[in-house]
Amino acid sequence: MSAGLALEGVHTHIGRYHILQGVDLDAPGGLTTMLLGRNGAGKTTTLRTIMGLWRASKGRIALGDRALHSLAASDVARLGVGYAPETMAVFSDLTVKENLILGARQGPMDDRRLAWIFGFFPALRKFWLSRAGSLSGGQKQMLSIARAIVEPRELLLIDEPTKGLAPAIVGALIDCLKEIKATGVTILLVEQNFRVAAEVGDEVRVMDNGRVVHRGSMRDLAADQRLQMRLLGLSLDSHQ
Amino acid sequence: MSALDVGAALPRRKIEILPALTPLIVALVAAPFVGSASTFLTLTAAGIAMGMMIFTMASGLTLVFGMMDVLNFGHGAFIALGAYVATLVLLPLAGWSASDSVALNLAAFALAILAAAVVCGALGWLFERLIVKPVYGQHLRQILATIGGAIIAEQLIYALWGPDQIPLALPAAFRGSFVFGDTAIEKYRVLATVVGLAVFAGETLILNRTKIGLLIRAGVENREMVEALGYRIDRLFVGVFMAGSALAGLGGAMMALYRGQAHATIGAEFLVLCFIVIIIGGLGSVGGSFVASILVALIANYAGFLAPKLALVSNIVAMVVVLLWRPRGLYPVTGR
Ligand SMILES: Nc1ncnc2c1ncn2[C@@H]1O[C@H](COP(=O)(O)OP(=O)(O)OP(=O)(O)O)[C@@H](O)[C@H]1O
Ligand SMILES: [Mg+2]
Repeated sequence: MSAGLALEGVHTHIGRYHILQGVDLDAPGGLTTMLLGRNGAGKTTTLRTIMGLWRASKGRIALGDRALHSLAASDVARLGVGYAPETMAVFSDLTVKENLILGARQGPMDDRRLAWIFGFFPALRKFWLSRAGSLSGGQKQMLSIARAIVEPRELLLIDEPTKGLAPAIVGALIDCLKEIKATGVTILLVEQNFRVAAEVGDEVRVMDNGRVVHRGSMRDLAADQRLQMRLLGLSLDSHQ
Repeated sequence: MSALDVGAALPRRKIEILPALTPLIVALVAAPFVGSASTFLTLTAAGIAMGMMIFTMASGLTLVFGMMDVLNFGHGAFIALGAYVATLVLLPLAGWSASDSVALNLAAFALAILAAAVVCGALGWLFERLIVKPVYGQHLRQILATIGGAIIAEQLIYALWGPDQIPLALPAAFRGSFVFGDTAIEKYRVLATVVGLAVFAGETLILNRTKIGLLIRAGVENREMVEALGYRIDRLFVGVFMAGSALAGLGGAMMALYRGQAHATIGAEFLVLCFIVIIIGGLGSVGGSFVASILVALIANYAGFLAPKLALVSNIVAMVVVLLWRPRGLYPVTGR
């Protein structure tokens, strides 16, 4: 089974702003942990700090028994961490194929794994040799996730994969996240869409003002509308 | 069927064609004004050869800027250094140069430009580690540090070789011209064109067909994501910097041979031209700088013939016109 992730008292400064103010967060191995919170709560900053793209000014980050907090991003990735950022960050001048080649750092792409990915992202097969820049927003999102999973990973960090997607595509994405989940990889998933969170998440952590303010199982939070209201400001009728 | 073949029949990436045609358009427009066909051909061949040498110097600069966001004002120092290294090789090999054997001539030429590339590439490593690395991400400091480095390098050149220009003779086989009817085309221009095309072909192959090349193209667009995929971007930076410096040296050596002399001012002179070319081409785009080099050199040649007074400003005018048409250059690179 994949290793679990743990953050203890993590502080991150961006310039002179003190963004993360002592984040304690765990994502149990092999499970999907949802990271929720209002806009500006610090979710993206948390993922970037885990990834080594921001340096934690204080605190510890560990994946299993390996410390991540003093590593460069490339070394974090080499420990088996895949990252699909909020901006997607596909390389637009490269083709879909070239993007995935870069995702497969350790060597040539594995045909079977590729076929598996094409199974839930058929568009990638269709636009295999097209420039990634010419893809639609949803297709770029698929490419960004595919690039993160083109090699087996220990931990996946996925930031708002449903952002800006049409509802029909969101359904397909949920199926794909479930497929990835079934491989047993540890997932830390930031998501604003509560329906997606409720369907995919095992565990949930809620952030506010640079701290984790709630920790529990996704099922419990999904069943407790009062708690949702308090933590996320969701009104009773806004979530389907 | 291998998964890598799927969709092979789908439309390939499209490359915009019009910007690539601009040199041709300029040539077609200039032709009737030049009048004489032989003059036109000579001017055009000379422009293409000059363009290839400029491209050799500029393509490294565009990658260094595109990928590392470094404005390297030290690039000119490598151009000048390349010129001097060529003299170091060619003066002792004067016998080969003067010989009747084309093979020996070619060997002398090849050794001279290769030595220029190797020495400049190696010193590029030192320059990156000592001068550029401490100021990554800080534009003002980069400008100051690289200008400072360039001044030191220029002074070192004066200290080592003295302030006077050093004459540099072309190997015998490349002197003189090929004559077709009443058109004369200098042999060395043909050689320079061949070398420039080879550099372009090599760069294109590496950028499009190798993983290192993919990483460089990806890094030009989004360094951070390249790192987040597990690649050591700093190593890629040094490699690109060394290659850029090597190309500057190669171009400098070829230009010095063309002029028949090496002098330290060649660096500053061509640095400006390189910046113009990479801006016209689209910062970070090798293909763009290839087209832009030819464009700029052709315009300079036609202008020099038709309106000598305009020749001095023709580069700037070309840059302004291109930027009015395409504000980010002929082939803008995504992400910048
Ligand atoms: N580069 C930056 N410079 C300065 N402040 C930043 C930067 N990036 C983020 N912040 C600030 O840090 C705080 C947390 O931002 P972050 O992007 O982590 O929030 P988030 O929870 O991901 O929000 P969203 O749901 O809108 O994506 C915000 O107040 C934001 O303004
Ligand atoms: Mg965010």
